[in-house]
Amino acid sequence: MAKPTFQVPELQEYLEIPSVTPGTMAHSKPFYSKPEFQKPLGFPEELVDNWQEKAIVKMGELLTKYKSVQVFLDACVKCGSCTDKCHYYIGTGDPKNMPVARQDLLRKVYRRYFTFAGKYFPSLVGATDLTKEVLDDWYSYFHQCSQCRRCSVFCPYGIDTAEISMFARELMDHIGVGQKYCNEIICKVHKIGNNLGLPGPALADTLEGLEEDVLDDTGVDVKFPLDQEGSEILLVTPSADFFAEPHVDGLVGYAKVFHEAGVSWTLSTEASEAANFGMFIGSYENMRKISQRVRKAAKDLKVKRIVFGECGHAWRVAYSFLNTLAGPWEFLDPNYPVPQHICEFTWNLIQEGKLKFDKSQNDDMVLTFHDSCNVARASRMGADPGGQFEIPRNVIKAVCNNYQDMDADTIKERTFCCGGGGGLLTDDLMELRVKGAKPRMEALNNVIKDKGVTHMAAICAICKSQFTKVLPYYGMDMSQIVSVHQLVSNAIVLTGQTDQ
Amino acid sequence: MSTLTIIYAVLFYIATIIFLSGLAFRINKYATTPAPLKIPTTPAPTNKIGVIWRMLKELVLFESLFKGNKWTWAFGLVFHISLFLVLLRHTRYMLPWIPEPIVLLQPFGIYAGITMIAGLLGLWGRRFLVDRVRYISSPSDHLILALLILIALSGLAMKFVVHTDVVGVKKFFSGLMTLNWKELPGDTLLVIHLTLVAILMLIFPYSKLLHAPGVFFSPTRNQIDNPREQHHIAEWAKRLEQGENQG
Ligand code: HEM
Ligand code: HEM
Ligand code: SF4
Ligand code: SF4
Repeated sequence: MAKPTFQVPELQEYLEIPSVTPGTMAHSKPFYSKPEFQKPLGFPEELVDNWQEKAIVKMGELLTKYKSVQVFLDACVKCGSCTDKCHYYIGTGDPKNMPVARQDLLRKVYRRYFTFAGKYFPSLVGATDLTKEVLDDWYSYFHQCSQCRRCSVFCPYGIDTAEISMFARELMDHIGVGQKYCNEIICKVHKIGNNLGLPGPALADTLEGLEEDVLDDTGVDVKFPLDQEGSEILLVTPSADFFAEPHVDGLVGYAKVFHEAGVSWTLSTEASEAANFGMFIGSYENMRKISQRVRKAAKDLKVKRIVFGECGHAWRVAYSFLNTLAGPWEFLDPNYPVPQHICEFTWNLIQEGKLKFDKSQNDDMVLTFHDSCNVARASRMGADPGGQFEIPRNVIKAVCNNYQDMDADTIKERTFCCGGGGGLLTDDLMELRVKGAKPRMEALNNVIKDKGVTHMAAICAICKSQFTKVLPYYGMDMSQIVSVHQLVSNAIVLTGQTDQ
Repeated sequence: MSTLTIIYAVLFYIATIIFLSGLAFRINKYATTPAPLKIPTTPAPTNKIGVIWRMLKELVLFESLFKGNKWTWAFGLVFHISLFLVLLRHTRYMLPWIPEPIVLLQPFGIYAGITMIAGLLGLWGRRFLVDRVRYISSPSDHLILALLILIALSGLAMKFVVHTDVVGVKKFFSGLMTLNWKELPGDTLLVIHLTLVAILMLIFPYSKLLHAPGVFFSPTRNQIDNPREQHHIAEWAKRLEQGENQG
């Protein structure tokens, strides 16, 4: 960890709401996209001429496409309920990181050009022209929103700032102002098949290596199939699962579960990525194009079911949007939900008594669970509302003896973002990521001190990468973040296993 | 017919037309703008009855606000319930007959005027005292509160200080509705009350008061959580599928 060039927040015992301190994060902005990452996504290569005019036209067009934004921009009464709910506000005190103030950056322009009050009485309702300063503010602060939806839980109208920042990013992309991190990654997915730009042969290599490792460890020949036509299940998982720590231990967990279940499964080079950054930039078209890869892979490989690996926003797109973007799934087995989450899959098997565990293998840890925002507030698992909270916990408790929850105000629907979601997981936003992680770090630190927790499990590739980076800033160790299926992998007793 | 009567008759016709047509225009916009994706804030109900229940809790109890901020919730709920009672009591100026429940409600209507002001003052206080709420308040947020307080004060003054000819008021408004104009009682407090009410009606469809219709159309609250079971697609999104043979 390099020495930080900014002040790392101090962790407190109780959540402290900072007082309003304008401008503390005005300098924060991610690298701008480059022409070569704009064009393939269908966006202008650089800031277009007469961009104000074009932005307003685009805004009008988008307003007719998204009920959410149209209603949200009108309905906010400035009640203030959301103002202290955003981890970026809590971590920075910058008032433009209060959800309603973030919305207002867009709303004041909407009012100016699209409402009677803003056209004729701008100063009364806080309406302003779209100037270069406003655009700069947009770029800065709509890239300080991880689209975690925490604000939406507490708003009397359900106003979801994530929708607003997606909308704003889409708007900026269309006048040639893109964000490098997201747009470069989307180019890679389109070109190579995954976010990391890992080509097919390298992937095959990696999987072979994993097979050898598991064989060495357990004496059981657990397969990691790739592009195997006619398999029962297509597994779509974030590409970080192929080599990053602790992600890859989770992948080993999935493979062992599939092995024990006795179902055939396969990964696909075509869809070797669950992530869908099209959502982060608010681009329906790009999100759809990325989703169509999954459909194509499922058809080409003639699978009957689709299962998604541990990833937060990917699960939102998979659970909530995939049917819209790439369905309906008439060619898949109608007896299973499409898609399924790996935790649903594993939990079903556990309930059927098909998996055997030696829980003591995890006795060196006391676990807690971090609810990832997109799983918690934008999707579901299982048949009942809230299954997204219970099922991962059930899986953990089935494989571990020691489990403790964090403070009730920081989990489940009230969970705090890891600080790196929504397309912000890039080194050029390190200060924001560290400060935004504060509420989660605080809650974790408190259970470490009070309940002896040693490790935090997560089911999101972004959360895992973010925590590995950020934990050390707060004096904790990067290895304290683990995958849920890593715990499964530790405890599962494979049929015919030699060691233990 | 006095000039005052003519002015206020015309004013209330205009205010009513703008209020109703403006609102209809907005509601039509909300109703017809598509929601291309399923975005309920989860955990969300998985069927229609569940959604109706969720919406009812938002409308009547301000459930999400309760989770968010207890003070705002308390003041806000006191204000809105009071407003609701006051408006119910006011139907006696508009309806040719008064339904039984509203007769029973009359005495509470008066207290409601007072609690309405209490609620509004509480909400207004937050705009000065809480630095975050101060930051997000623009002049219009203050003015709307002032407007509502003045409406209530002028109304209460008619009740407790200088009585107005309530029967005359009723005749005037029935006259407006039956296109058979009657004289408006000319006392100052009533004129002030009515002027402010007309302003409220005029700004309603152009201000944040749109939260009242808006809340019904919020996709994060009114959508059913069933994306895996139910194929959901917007008209404009269907166009992307055309001319493209899916996989
Ligand atoms: C469907 C009916 C309505 C619902 C569910 C509703 C709900 C709410 C909620 C939850 C708030 C935020 C909390 C608060 O500040 O009180 C609010 C604020 C407000 N409402 Fe309503 N409302 C409704 C109708 C109305 C109407 C008819 C008026 C008109 C006069 C009104 C005027 C206001 C005002 C002025 C505020 C802002 C208070 C402030 O400045 O803090 N509401 N409403
Ligand atoms: C055309 C519409 C309206 C008319 C003709 C009207 C008329 C009146 C009259 C005549 C009174 C005195 C009652 C009495 O002496 O017993 C009154 C009281 C009052 N008015 Fe209005 N008013 C109207 C709209 C409103 C609105 C929209 C509000 C609230 C936003 C409001 C709030 C009040 C309050 C709080 C009182 C005092 C408490 C009460 O008597 O209920 N009025 N109004
Ligand atoms: S969605 Fe999350 S990050 Fe964005 S404003 Fe709301 S609370 Fe903050
Ligand atoms: S909670 Fe909702 S209505 Fe209240 S200020 Fe925030 S966005 Fe506006």
